[in-house]
Amino acid sequence: MLSRVADSLYWMSRYLERAEHTVRMLEVNFSMTLDPSSTSEEGRWKRVLAALGNPEGLEWTGDFYALAHALAFERDSRASITGCIAAARENARQVREEITSDQWQQLNRMYHRVTDEVPQKGDRLDEFPAATLNELHLFQGATDTSMSHGEGWHFIQIGRAIERATAIATLIGVFEWDASESISEGAGSQQFLEWIGLLRCCTAFESYCNLYTADLTQPQILQFLLLNKEFPHSVRYSIDQLRWALMALQEGSGRLVAEELSRVAGRLQASLNFCEISEVMAQGVRPYVHNISQQCRHIHSLIYRDYIHYKVHVALSQ
Amino acid sequence: MTSSANELPNAAVESMGSATPGSRASAPVDLSNGYLRNYFLDQAYDEMFDSGGNVRSHYRLLLDTFSSVPEEELARRKHSADISFRTQGITFTVYGNQEGTERIFPYDMLPRIITGAEWDRIERGLIQRITALNLFLGDVYNDGKILRDGFVPREIVYSCPHFRREMRGLQVPRNVYIAVTGTDLLRLNDGNFVVLEDNLRVPSGVSYMLTSRRVMKRAFPQTFRSYGVRPIEHYPQVLLSALRSLAPEGRPEPTIVLLTPGVYNSAYFEHTYLARQMGIELVEGRDLVIHDNIVYMRTTAGLKRVDVIYRRVDDDFIDPLAFRGDSILGVAGLFNAYRAGNVTLANAFGTGLADDKALYAYVPAIIRYYLKEDPILPNVETFLMTDPTQRQHAFANLQNLVVKAVGESGGYGMLIGPHSTKEQQAEFRARIEANPRNYIAQPTLNFSRSPCLMGDGNEPSIEPRHVDLRPYILYGDKVTVVPGGLTRVALRKGSLVVNSSQGGGSKDTWVLHA
Repeated sequence: MLSRVADSLYWMSRYLERAEHTVRMLEVNFSMTLDPSSTSEEGRWKRVLAALGNPEGLEWTGDFYALAHALAFERDSRASITGCIAAARENARQVREEITSDQWQQLNRMYHRVTDEVPQKGDRLDEFPAATLNELHLFQGATDTSMSHGEGWHFIQIGRAIERATAIATLIGVFEWDASESISEGAGSQQFLEWIGLLRCCTAFESYCNLYTADLTQPQILQFLLLNKEFPHSVRYSIDQLRWALMALQEGSGRLVAEELSRVAGRLQASLNFCEISEVMAQGVRPYVHNISQQCRHIHSLIYRDYIHYKVHVALSQ
Repeated sequence: MTSSANELPNAAVESMGSATPGSRASAPVDLSNGYLRNYFLDQAYDEMFDSGGNVRSHYRLLLDTFSSVPEEELARRKHSADISFRTQGITFTVYGNQEGTERIFPYDMLPRIITGAEWDRIERGLIQRITALNLFLGDVYNDGKILRDGFVPREIVYSCPHFRREMRGLQVPRNVYIAVTGTDLLRLNDGNFVVLEDNLRVPSGVSYMLTSRRVMKRAFPQTFRSYGVRPIEHYPQVLLSALRSLAPEGRPEPTIVLLTPGVYNSAYFEHTYLARQMGIELVEGRDLVIHDNIVYMRTTAGLKRVDVIYRRVDDDFIDPLAFRGDSILGVAGLFNAYRAGNVTLANAFGTGLADDKALYAYVPAIIRYYLKEDPILPNVETFLMTDPTQRQHAFANLQNLVVKAVGESGGYGMLIGPHSTKEQQAEFRARIEANPRNYIAQPTLNFSRSPCLMGDGNEPSIEPRHVDLRPYILYGDKVTVVPGGLTRVALRKGSLVVNSSQGGGSKDTWVLHA
């Protein structure tokens, strides 16, 4: 596969995953802003921005409708939902012959729906997230059922896994974690809602309840989002996926150049597989998740070094 | 002018019976009713009716079939064909607009039918012409015998902007310069085909030929079947084997790629289509690197050597080191790799010399010089503006002539005399005087019309429109013409311009076995 094609598929996938994450952040926080809460409006939306990596061009100006509108519809921002979908489509268009017609048509339909008509500020924020999420799911379905699960598909998996692991790790990092503090569900404790909000941002609330019941504790929430091996939005699950796709890629391309890449990815996977949540909490959650984000960035640059932007003389000497 | 299916004359309904081509004694057809109510005949050659108003035998079945389909059904089939084009994304880009607008390629439902005998002559004529032009290129870029013998003036060759001095003395594989040609033909009043121009650089449109056929087969399967149409679906395979046969020596399993300028090119759809049909990689300039005069593409499995490049990028843009330095579409060092014989480019550099519109006037002489044969397909009469006598003649008759810039294509930079104003004529006269080498003039041709289905689903009618024909000629280990081609239609009534950029459309072309 051409390196340029792999690059486009990878970024198409990352942008769509980013769009999906932003949709959930927007939907959950928008509805929570409507409830009385211990967190101020300003505190909440600044935290949302921090969880999205403080994207350029999006700022808290005191009007949460304005910010929500920008997060949904700001076409020129690569952090807004519409901007992400447009960027994904642009990438797909460059490799039109490498993806299936089902994928292309679904992505095209979604793109036209989100860009055709930008509503007034505050409008459509109720139905926009749900409708977009639906379209994104349709695209995932088309990808899984219509595309050959070969190299191109693996690059799509890698893009999604890296984006998701980084996003969840960053989101965990903007919360204050304290193992000794219990979460009370009393009417007076609006803090309870914040933790539910966190789980819902990761589409994790129902799955969490299935495993732990509705009994919320900080170590269990962290354990679930970080280390659960079956839940698709946990960091560990994403890294398992990443590692699996990387191995498939290496096998397929028949090259042994990606030695450092497998070592770094394998080490990250092992650290998540054999980690104790009490240790993480004792040593500090923030440095731990920060390290995960950094490892992901490192893996990204190794993928680019080995598969996409490799030096000609290096490739010739192999 | 209103007519619905219910009002179709009974005679027409009865006549659809069990017609087969040529089975019916011909009598002039009543044009006043039904789908033919807007049809007209004049001195222009009509593809469907002869000069007496009788249906040509090979069009009889088609006309009967269409006449018997009710309006709603016709509209439905047209609609489903439209949808099929749209969902496949069969579009082209119009330049001159800001950003380039993507449009669906306009498409006509009535096929253009060519009999086996007509086609055989076309095929022989094209093979003859391409063989001679290829010999001409080889000669001019090496010994220059034809120039020495005075059959083609040197100044025409050396003043051509597409002449590439860099090609002098280079041996190209199998001596094939023009692997792919799309030659534009017209049928004149006497029914004979003439060559309007040869497109020897990067001819496009073949994807429309192939997709139109697929859509037509689906829309009118029975008619298609009973006609006995020669297949064209093998075009990608023939192209692939032609490209393979041109690989550099010592590369038995050549890697072949299609080089595209990228998504913003007007023919990008065609590039993706052909690459997919041939199963070869679609690359852009940035995917290729040159090392030690060898071309590689960057793949996730490392660098892979490339042996043959079917390039859809013009000469000027293909190598910023050898040609235009501001090109970002090309590959630095590609020309050197080519000269070193490590990679084949199809078509070769400098083929534009042989489709220069001024050199065109000499093609009959070129055919006679190399092949010692008379041309099978004649040229259109052409006045060279570099010749004072011919120029004076042209200036005196501008209102009857078509003036063309020699380097332009796609219907840009033309003056159509009968449709021009005095100001436009004066403007072209000034331009010609400033640069006579850049222009030629030809008589305004009254070329043939073919029946087309007009009306947007509402009140459809069959009306005649001017058409040309662009067959595709492939040259590898031998010359092959795929039986058919792109029939382009000037969809505006009375218009003579068939280019898609100027309101033209296309229709399927059926070449019959018999």
